[in-house]
Amino acid sequence: MAHAAPKAEGLHDCREAWASTLETLAAADPRIVAVVNDSVGSSKLGGFQKKFPDRLVNVGIAEQTMVGVGAGLANGGRIPFVSAASCFLTGRALEQIKADVAYSNFNVKLVGQSSGIAYGELGPTHHSIEDFAWLRVLRNLTLIVPADPWETAEAVKWAAAHDGPVYIRVSRMPVPDLAVPHRVFRPGKAELVREGHDVTLIACGTTVHLAVSAAEALAGEGIAARVLNMATLNPLDEEAVLEAAAATGALVTVEEASVRGGLGGAVAEYTALHLPVPVEMVGFPGFVPTGSVEWLFDHFGLTATGIAAAARRALARKH
Amino acid sequence: MSHITRPVSHPANPLDLIREKALWMRRRAFRMVYEAQLGHPGGDFSAIDAIATLYFGVLRFDPQQPDWPERDRFIMSKGHATGALYTALCAAGYYPEDWLETYMQPLSRLNGHPNRNYLPGVETNTGPLGHGLPVGLGIAVAGQISGASYRTYVLTGDGELQEGSNWEAAAVAGHRKLANLTLIVDRNRLQQGARTEDTVTMDPLDERFRAFGWEVAVIDGHDHAALLKALGSPVAQRQKPLCVIANTVKGKGVSFMENVAAWHHGVPNAEQFEIAMKELV
Repeated sequence: MAHAAPKAEGLHDCREAWASTLETLAAADPRIVAVVNDSVGSSKLGGFQKKFPDRLVNVGIAEQTMVGVGAGLANGGRIPFVSAASCFLTGRALEQIKADVAYSNFNVKLVGQSSGIAYGELGPTHHSIEDFAWLRVLRNLTLIVPADPWETAEAVKWAAAHDGPVYIRVSRMPVPDLAVPHRVFRPGKAELVREGHDVTLIACGTTVHLAVSAAEALAGEGIAARVLNMATLNPLDEEAVLEAAAATGALVTVEEASVRGGLGGAVAEYTALHLPVPVEMVGFPGFVPTGSVEWLFDHFGLTATGIAAAARRALARKH
Repeated sequence: MSHITRPVSHPANPLDLIREKALWMRRRAFRMVYEAQLGHPGGDFSAIDAIATLYFGVLRFDPQQPDWPERDRFIMSKGHATGALYTALCAAGYYPEDWLETYMQPLSRLNGHPNRNYLPGVETNTGPLGHGLPVGLGIAVAGQISGASYRTYVLTGDGELQEGSNWEAAAVAGHRKLANLTLIVDRNRLQQGARTEDTVTMDPLDERFRAFGWEVAVIDGHDHAALLKALGSPVAQRQKPLCVIANTVKGKGVSFMENVAAWHHGVPNAEQFEIAMKELV
């Protein structure tokens, strides 16, 4: 794939990797179709539409039907990728995701675009910081949050080959390629981005590279922070969480999402039951005020500085 | 493996068979509800004639291969009417009759609403209203894309059409001219708590569907010949999706249930059960 070689420089919109990967897959597999809610442009599916006009199903601005149609297409032997802004896909069509996709267990791939607070100043109606909490409880819906273009492409390829419902959360925010050598995409497994023994930073999606920067800053203070890329929220890599809790004794979760019920919630649920250790959560407390993406990240501590501060708080709670 | 699959063959004149099966379904569904003391018999009985007509006069399917790709699809969008659906699938050969005895018992495959992962013949899990038509639309679009010749039938309640998702799907089906999609509206004019027209006006329902780009047939939903003619009409003869508005009677066939809203999820006592068994002959 075009994104096979991670680079340490340059920033990318992961939607490009999503769209080019889907086009490549669709050329090889006629069962692959795309379903959109007037979201061809925002899903970067213009190229797909040109190449496969009959396999682009645009239901108009109708998210409930969009997801229901996805389930029906799966019933009819297609492999549908249902792609729309994640706020509307997950919020408006939540019951369809629950009943038609997850409970019915159809082979539908849901792709939430421009997730998190990517729409910045447009406000909480257009933000998707609740999707982790809403979808994580659907046990058979694999929930993947890629951190960079390579991981996005790998997640899309894996989802196409996997028989079962999947949600992939794609960002439009510029992110760098993660500098991890010899990467292998393993759904359901945390990726060790940086080793450390004092504290573990568990991040996903757009925040993984920020956690890496935080770890670098902490290293300057003599704190060795482990960084895990928890690209799959469901099923959670419980083994990696347990190992991190045991080995480092303090955890920080970082997500471009609500701190309630998402990655932090998943980690806290698991450690509370199996190995209670201090957990600090970095994310959004709820509906956020007006502001640009950069301002919101900064204001709520989704920065190297903010994550490092959370790490120090977690360390201070460690006995 | 479609080449080894043989769909069930319907007799040239299936009306006697449909009548016989519909009667058996009513009796068996009522027994099921009586024994479980749970269910939705009123809506079962309004829908049973349409469903019996589909399974014993119209649909191409093979109960030995529920996932046969070329099968016609039937979606029971009003998923609460399990008495109608479960007896139909049983009569159609998907599973033995003793399964019906487990209805709503712990760990039964016969949940209060149908589950495709447990019960062969169920196309999609329904229960929340307004889900069947969008899913049926997707199945029909899949056929349109792949060129498959199967047909897709969805049955909704009439009160169910108050769910906006139906109208999203109706608009898309009309736009795409999906002649392989048929919607049957079980027009019994009663929803859970009241008359549909006292709740939210639905008439003129036929004009509404025509305006959305559908061909519409308004028929007596208990007249097997009329149902057979409408539901069996060749797809090639139309350029639009078909909406069959089946005018029905909630609780049809049992005197004390007919047109009584309380029988939406009412269940019979022993005396009522005996009366019904005497009437359903």
